[in-house]
Amino acid sequence: MAQIFATESLAPGFADPVHDSQASFRAALAAFARPGRIERVPVSPGIAAPGSLGRAATAFALALLDLDTPLWLSPSMSGAAGYLRFHCGCPVVAEPRKASFAIAGGDVPALDGFDLGTDEFPDRTTTLIICVESLRTGGAVTLSGPGIQETASLSIEGLPAGFWQQRVELQAMFPRGVDIVFACGDELAALPRSTRIKEA
Amino acid sequence: MMDGTSATAATTTGYNFAYLDEQTKRMIRRAILKAVAVPGYQVPFASREMPLPYGWGTGGIQVTASIIGQADVLKVIDQGADDTTNAVSIRKFFGRTTGVATTERTIEATIVQTRHRVPETKLRDDQIIVYQVPVPEPLRWLEPREAETRKMHALSEYGPMHVKLYEDIARYGRVTTAYDYPVMVDGRYLMRPSPIPKFDNPKLDMCPALQLFGAGREKRIYAVPPYTSVKSLDFEDHPFTIESWDEACAICGSTESFLDEVITDDKGGRMFVCSDTDYCGERRKESGDEPA
Amino acid sequence: MYVAVKGGERAIDAAHGMLDRARRGDPKVPEISLDQISEQLALSVDRVMTEGSVYDRELAALAIKQARGDLVEAIFLLRAYRATLPRLAVTKPIETGGGTVRRRISATFKDVPGGQVLGPTFDYTHRLLDFTLAAEGRAQVHPPDEATVSLDPTPRVADVLNQEGLIEAIPQGDEPDGDVTREPLRFPASRSVRLQNLARGDEGFLLAMGYSTQRGYGRNHPFAGEIRLCDVEVEIVPEELGFPVVIGEMTVTECEMVNQFKGSATVPPQFTRGYGLAFGESERKAMAMALVDRALRAEELDETVSAPAQDQEFVLYHSDSVEASGFVQHLKLPHYVDFQAELNLVRRMRGEAAE
Repeated sequence: MAQIFATESLAPGFADPVHDSQASFRAALAAFARPGRIERVPVSPGIAAPGSLGRAATAFALALLDLDTPLWLSPSMSGAAGYLRFHCGCPVVAEPRKASFAIAGGDVPALDGFDLGTDEFPDRTTTLIICVESLRTGGAVTLSGPGIQETASLSIEGLPAGFWQQRVELQAMFPRGVDIVFACGDELAALPRSTRIKEA
Repeated sequence: MMDGTSATAATTTGYNFAYLDEQTKRMIRRAILKAVAVPGYQVPFASREMPLPYGWGTGGIQVTASIIGQADVLKVIDQGADDTTNAVSIRKFFGRTTGVATTERTIEATIVQTRHRVPETKLRDDQIIVYQVPVPEPLRWLEPREAETRKMHALSEYGPMHVKLYEDIARYGRVTTAYDYPVMVDGRYLMRPSPIPKFDNPKLDMCPALQLFGAGREKRIYAVPPYTSVKSLDFEDHPFTIESWDEACAICGSTESFLDEVITDDKGGRMFVCSDTDYCGERRKESGDEPA
Repeated sequence: MYVAVKGGERAIDAAHGMLDRARRGDPKVPEISLDQISEQLALSVDRVMTEGSVYDRELAALAIKQARGDLVEAIFLLRAYRATLPRLAVTKPIETGGGTVRRRISATFKDVPGGQVLGPTFDYTHRLLDFTLAAEGRAQVHPPDEATVSLDPTPRVADVLNQEGLIEAIPQGDEPDGDVTREPLRFPASRSVRLQNLARGDEGFLLAMGYSTQRGYGRNHPFAGEIRLCDVEVEIVPEELGFPVVIGEMTVTECEMVNQFKGSATVPPQFTRGYGLAFGESERKAMAMALVDRALRAEELDETVSAPAQDQEFVLYHSDSVEASGFVQHLKLPHYVDFQAELNLVRRMRGEAAE
């Protein structure tokens, strides 16, 4: 399915690349700084969400991807390949482990298949964006760690079975790991690798 | 309420908003997210030559330039003061390249860029503080080699730092580090808080604001997320303490702030005043002793 | 009542005004033009272009004028400007074996194909101040000779040695060339990264480092295989065309050192190379760079790393004048908060010692 439809790739990106990128990044930064808290991405409604990518995920990608960031797309997200190649110039790679960013839907593969970095360079890891059905309903987990005063709760609808268990297993590998962004519609919430979770 | 702020009308043309090109901002933004995700770990980044010299805040400037937006209100301090020349110069730089509002009041700022101090006024969770960092590596004076210190961080091998501090105690009865006092972040990474006096170290612990650290010449960015444990290294029998003064601020009378010593004559005359000029000024206003 | 010193902004504006006046000097003296700097202070321009990492004579001349002739400051100005430029394309490697050779000497062979070409060099001038230059408008400028450039093919000396297998082939790494302006240094650094760092490095620093290898701190038995000054074409291959297009010409100084090598467990004895390249006429820089490049290859050639010039972290982290100058000079910024903290500590410790 490597076919690229011209109409998709030409769907518009940010109306104001400088300030929309900044606003999208700040929403992402706020989300990373306060794991589990839902942030709205305040960009103009002009950006099109190709394939199954929501607007928040699209804005995140437009703000942060470029030719220096290999991208992996899960099969359910492959419709966005042309659009992201066109607007970001990012190479699309076939292996999750080679990606600095990955976008998936309910078909998230095994988390340890991504680039988990090394103990010496834990910054060289994949950042995973998961487009989910809801950030407010579904299985709830309790979060604690940096960015969270005591505990926080996060409910996500649309994750494959066993997802949280995999994420819990990665905690022991810290500082290696995967930083995850859950995106739905205009909103996103982050789960950086430093966050410790307990299934409710 | 923005009474203390001032917007700069004309921005410098010919340069992008906040000076950096968008590709550079993306690279720095990606580094900042990694830094937040691994609190206290120094993320290498491709620091750019800035129009200010390395060592003068280029790391902080690159971080601020990558996060700042039109709605932000920026405060810049050096040694706690808004009117020191380097603070003025950096504030002017952002005024010219972004046109955003600037302020001298801590409570009005959304972003505070600082060198060597943390404001006395408690920061809020809707604020970001950006520290200018000259040397980010806490182990550097113990081990000059990057390849080695990187391994030590990977293995959490911080014994040599404890030994160094303990040798101080054995020789002098106390730790002889007065500023840039090393801290442990979230129990995992040893970190330099930048050359703030150790008086300010407790403000980093469980701070509601996001704290970002930029070292331009050394090309590292690191972060402490809000509500993160930041513990100054110490020993059970020698707990960490901060300095105190016998004097009060000669201007506002504060006995709780960090004081600068001012030499008033050549006969040993001296006085002590708050290093945080905004804090000092606000206290005078509150007491009705407003400066003319 | 004491009032803290204010007026940082006014002081800065006043300082800038004074700087402007100082830059211009006595207004009765004619103002220097960029052309004059480019033509008559050409070697300053070459150094600023090399370490500023931008090949543009006019910009370099402007930087020198703005910096009042302070070359390290001019280099900084050019670097800061460079940092804002978009990256449009990557050129093909320049071909120094071709092009117009203006100077070419080899210390290893009495004669070489293409010959020894002395070119415009200070080498055999007697360093006597020429007072005739002090008189303005000296009418007589030496007329050009017939053979100021070599038109014969001038293959590189190392390539001649290579035919006998006496010198190592140019080491080819699998890694793509690095770029220190886009990736922070990592160690061990690849040779391409090291060479880029050295090319941008401070000439004085490289000179001292190179010199130290000659005095025994990492001795590597160098011979100046070849030094050449030549004009070369710069080519890019545009994506849409698929073939190279010449986008300009540049002058470079290249130095290839030939160094003795005793061999290792896997490699027979042979000569090895140290390489230096600089924009314009920058011979001292290119030679020093070649010495340091060879010294930094110690690890790769299984030699003991014992001297500063062989130590990658030491050399690469301290070579950059923009970084070094900034950090040395930052000491003049206020440090009174830190100093106050130290003052408190020292007073307390002295008090305790006296008790």
